[in-house]
Amino acid sequence: MACEQWRGDLDRYLDGELAAAESAALAAHLRTCAACAAEVLERVQLKRSIQMAGTRYKASAELRNKITKSVAAKSKSGIARQWRLVFVPALALVVAALVLTVYVGQQRTARQRVYGELVDLHVATLASSTPVDVVSSDRHTVKPWFQGRIPFTFNLPELAGSDFTLVGGRVAYLEQIPSAHLIYQIRKHFISVFILPDRAAEIKSLPSGTADRLSFRMETWTQNGLRYFVVGDTSEQDMRALSKLLRDAG
Amino acid sequence: MRVSEERLSAASFEDLALPLFDQLYNFAHWLTQDKAEAEDLVQETYAKALGGFSSFQTGTNFRAWMYRILRNSFLSSRTGLKTMVVLDEESSESLPTENATPEVLFLEQVSREMVQEALEGLPVQFREILLLCEVEEMSYQEISETLAIPMGTVMSRLYRARQALRAALRAKMGGQHGM
Repeated sequence: MACEQWRGDLDRYLDGELAAAESAALAAHLRTCAACAAEVLERVQLKRSIQMAGTRYKASAELRNKITKSVAAKSKSGIARQWRLVFVPALALVVAALVLTVYVGQQRTARQRVYGELVDLHVATLASSTPVDVVSSDRHTVKPWFQGRIPFTFNLPELAGSDFTLVGGRVAYLEQIPSAHLIYQIRKHFISVFILPDRAAEIKSLPSGTADRLSFRMETWTQNGLRYFVVGDTSEQDMRALSKLLRDAG
Repeated sequence: MRVSEERLSAASFEDLALPLFDQLYNFAHWLTQDKAEAEDLVQETYAKALGGFSSFQTGTNFRAWMYRILRNSFLSSRTGLKTMVVLDEESSESLPTENATPEVLFLEQVSREMVQEALEGLPVQFREILLLCEVEEMSYQEISETLAIPMGTVMSRLYRARQALRAALRAKMGGQHGM
């Protein structure tokens, strides 16, 4: 019965339409309920598939020119004649802005896609009955386990003295590249860390920094040719602390 | 995209409207399902918006305003009149909860083309609300302004649109497996 109360809110939760408190309560429920987490995953997939399928039609360059011209011409007519002097540079600016908009848009789409994929992996792993393939809180067990499974190596931080614990690891694939997927825990929150060679174009082009997606936080950077992604729903401080530990170790 | 009084006087129509061009075209093509009609529709939208810009209320949502013009132009076109269907009475009261098992695995096998075909096959009201929500990433409030329907109807229509899409995809997958 407890779940039924949440099910009606899942769409609004994923559409970002729940109030912060409701959203946090639902997120807390999702961490303890595999059935609802699976529901969320299905909805995220449906949303993503519509997003990808829906971006479909591109206007012709002729139409773009026609509209740019007609809009510029009409708004020009009301203004003083000297406007003509700035018309050419203005048009150039508009075109530059459009090019930039398209470029930024494409960058954003690539970013959203990769981030979406990461969140999916994170959620799917936590919803799974066997989230990790190597279960150990000892980095000296987890790190060697990856030998021969992924074509690179990395360093893991010493966690003694911090609130984090290592839950374990598994191999994940991101943009068809085998990646180390580590799961850390802090209090009741799980955080995924993905480490992979920074060579896929789409991943390489992502700027370092933080991002939010579907109320998940994300931090990413490149170090020694490896790309790190930290994904979780815990506080910004926790995310930053774990990122720092990883950076210092790497 | 709320526009303040000061910004509006300084910003010209093109600063606000031209960046929406690609999205508006994509949306228009989805509505009309025809390239030539979509082009006409986008041109008509820009012409109407430019003409009516002085009546655009500052402080309101410019993007929703543009989409509303486009959609109203579509509705009054021949294709629009033909394709709009009458939806059942939509209640804003409690949405049904689902008990069906999640279909993660099933959705993983669905291709982009299949989703596109399924979207094409949906009633236009379902198609447009899914696009506004997922592709344009509009808030319920913006959707409500664009489609001129109450918030409760936004939620119930979205719910039904997603259900209809799931059903269409399931039917397609079934067909593919010869079931």
